[in-house]
Amino acid sequence: MNKKALSVAASGAALALALSACGGGGSESAPSESAPASAAAGATGFNAGLENVTNPSDKKGGTLKMAVTEDWDSVDPGDTYYGMSWNLLRIYARPLVTYNPAPGKKGLELVPDLAESLGVASDGNKTWTYKLRPGLKYEDGTPIKAQDVKYAVLRQMDKTTFVNGPTYLGDWLDMPKDFVSVYKTPDVNTDQAIETPDDQTVVFHLKRAYAGFDNFAALPGTVPIPQAKDTGIKYRDHVLASGPYKFETVEQGKQYTLVRNDQWDPATDPIRKALPDRYEISLGVEANDLDNRIISGDLHIDVAGSGVQPAAIGSIQADPELKARADNPIMARTWYVSILNDNPPLDNVECRKAILYGADRVSLQNAYGGQLAGDVATSLLPPGIGGWQKLDLYPTGAPDEAKAKEALTACGQPNGFETTMTYRSDRPKEQAAAESLQQSLGKIGIKLTLKGFPTSEYFTAYAGKPAYTKANGIGLATNGWGADWNDGFGFLSQIIDSRVIREAGNYNLSVKDPAVDGLVDQAFAELDTAKRNAIWGEADKKVMEGAYVLPAVYAKGLLLRGKGVTNQFITGAFDMYDYLALGVE
Amino acid sequence: MTAPLDVSGQEQQATPEAVLTGAGGAKAIQGRSLGQIAWMRLKRDKIALGGAGVIIFLIVVAIFAPLIVGWFGHPPNEFHEELIDTMTMTPKGGSGISAEFLFGVEPLNGRDLFSRVVYGARISLLIAFFATLISVTIGTVMGVIAGYFGGWADAIISRLMDIFLAFPILIFSLALVGVLGQFETQLAIKGDTLRILLLIFVIGFFSWGYIARIIRGQTLSLREREFVDAARSLGARAPYILFKEILPNLIAPILIYATLLIPTNVLFEAALSFLGVGIQPPTATWGGMLSAAVKYYTVPHFMFFPGMAIFITVLAFNLFGDGLRDALDPKSSR
Repeated sequence: MNKKALSVAASGAALALALSACGGGGSESAPSESAPASAAAGATGFNAGLENVTNPSDKKGGTLKMAVTEDWDSVDPGDTYYGMSWNLLRIYARPLVTYNPAPGKKGLELVPDLAESLGVASDGNKTWTYKLRPGLKYEDGTPIKAQDVKYAVLRQMDKTTFVNGPTYLGDWLDMPKDFVSVYKTPDVNTDQAIETPDDQTVVFHLKRAYAGFDNFAALPGTVPIPQAKDTGIKYRDHVLASGPYKFETVEQGKQYTLVRNDQWDPATDPIRKALPDRYEISLGVEANDLDNRIISGDLHIDVAGSGVQPAAIGSIQADPELKARADNPIMARTWYVSILNDNPPLDNVECRKAILYGADRVSLQNAYGGQLAGDVATSLLPPGIGGWQKLDLYPTGAPDEAKAKEALTACGQPNGFETTMTYRSDRPKEQAAAESLQQSLGKIGIKLTLKGFPTSEYFTAYAGKPAYTKANGIGLATNGWGADWNDGFGFLSQIIDSRVIREAGNYNLSVKDPAVDGLVDQAFAELDTAKRNAIWGEADKKVMEGAYVLPAVYAKGLLLRGKGVTNQFITGAFDMYDYLALGVE
Repeated sequence: MTAPLDVSGQEQQATPEAVLTGAGGAKAIQGRSLGQIAWMRLKRDKIALGGAGVIIFLIVVAIFAPLIVGWFGHPPNEFHEELIDTMTMTPKGGSGISAEFLFGVEPLNGRDLFSRVVYGARISLLIAFFATLISVTIGTVMGVIAGYFGGWADAIISRLMDIFLAFPILIFSLALVGVLGQFETQLAIKGDTLRILLLIFVIGFFSWGYIARIIRGQTLSLREREFVDAARSLGARAPYILFKEILPNLIAPILIYATLLIPTNVLFEAALSFLGVGIQPPTATWGGMLSAAVKYYTVPHFMFFPGMAIFITVLAFNLFGDGLRDALDPKSSR
């Protein structure tokens, strides 16, 4: 879940904050709730959900009420790039493997889902084989076949029809040159990329070795879709369920309701408890209203899972009972400012360093919402992702004005210079960050002109379009990124590799360094996890040495557990409440 | 005494203004211009005078904003993060109101709300006045031409008015300000100046339809009046009739509607800033502050002060405008 995706969700405002919406959860020991007959004494209190299952229970039945401030991109597994959606879709859809529904770090483990076991590698990690469990069925009773998995994977490569999903599978599988899409070239033989020797077996062939292929197999793109039922972009109106719930109503932009899928056989599914009888998901609920309804118990979960609004942060701080229902996890997401090196004087590394020395990091942290919203970041890679190391290249508190002046002198601009900073105008936190930098950099003579652009066009037409940034002298641009999955590849590959830079729509705005590219290649090729992580850590450090980015905060969200919700905990896979295990009292 | 022309005698009996001046001493009865009569009526309308007082006060505040802020506040963009609780990011003690910070401080960065409201008056009034000037100028010219010349000129201009009246102005302005703002690098003017000019143009240019309609109607009836006929029969040309005969009689409606248009434009500017296409941060505007305050409804002072500033400004102009209408045109229906 790319940050982009996540953030677009809450329409800037909400998400912008890194802390916005949020999910609800167990009422733990709250004396108010219904008879805790079955509830074993789970963990309670502030941050209880980070490492423990709160309010554990096996009680079935009830309706789980979820809401979100805006609809997300799509419920079609082949067309979605939101973390919340990847988390939630597992209640109605089953990928080949998925993340273990367990608290904290244990949630990062991959476990087989449709497949009997994790992928079996051969040919030096270039070939990966998955065998489906026997007895799998869709909601209409037809059996789930390996061919459906293959079709689904090929289908989601059509980025003109399904614009939202990630492109990893299409990029890494050994696709034949003449394959365009399942709709345009249905007859092209794609067996060189994906084979289905029988109805139960899928074999993936990669262009080059990748030891972490199970991360790809956990993408929603591997959720099976039978070709006969595929209706292209309209498939989102009726996604054929393979999981324990199926859609009852789909009202785009208003609500989704899901009911039990009686064709789902618990014997084929060791990871899902499927406790509630029904899910009701309201879309387009006003953000503050949503928080208040979770506080009151009228709603259980904020699907967005990125944190409550500033107003609710105040209420939670003020009320110990509410605070005991809150969790403050670190997310695999970094808010940062790209320092663009196309235009002078920022083409000089010393001038870029002056910005890193001159920025007031505490003020920047405040801009993103203070200590509950994030920890001061020292690099791009967030802690919690393998390879992270705490760097101390630059100040993390008050600015070091002496060093900033030194750097300015070294770059030949002793009196400072002027440049333009862009930010996403519908994200108050980024606006606040830009204002904060304007203040602190102003003190060392770097004069910023601020320019806000709407999120929807920020990367396609402005900050992410080199032609624009060069012509308009853009020097700084707020940016943010969340891991597609929690490792160095899933976090860094799209934002530090200069070779991913295109004409427009870039997220890597500023890191153009052959040394960094070299490390990325090394990491791709390295099969040993520990060594690979170390290489990603090294690449992260190189980026900081080149002063290509000013990291602001490692995002944290303040999430609220819903009243009367059972089995609520933060999963390390998505850094929000896990949506597979939930139940209601 | 049935002579219908003996107006002065009638007036002495009937109109209180005359009585008032008469009571002032043994002065001879004088003829008074329309303007003098209106001024007398206005002077007795305490509510309108109150509105005028507030307007003058606001203008003074806007002009002398740097001085006022120098005495009572802090620079409007200066951060005071030491006043912010870093857990909730709201001001310590709720609002941060103190002798130092008269209106409290903003959440998040602790900027002085008083200074920002005072500086916000500059932007609001500047844009509202000049936008009104533009729309009144265009509206009057178009209205007079349409009303006086009639025929195809009237047909074209009236349809044009219809188009502008039917325009979804707010949505269109959103798009226009957004698009034009992107050409900044190609223009000689930049930053706030460009934005202010842009807003003045957009707001002014799209609201001339209303005033043009009113002026057209008035012109239509004026051009049929005897004094116009008389002038025409004496050989006066169109420009003379327009400027000497018709325009002076339009001063009252123009003034009234200009005064009533200003508050609309204050609100319009606030709405555009609220929606994020107004002046760029960190420059303070009332609408922009309201927009930021929405997220912090638990610290109501943040919304209260800019909100009150807009409210008081709009109310003052409306009261004054109403009073002005009553004074200049007492027969107009309310």
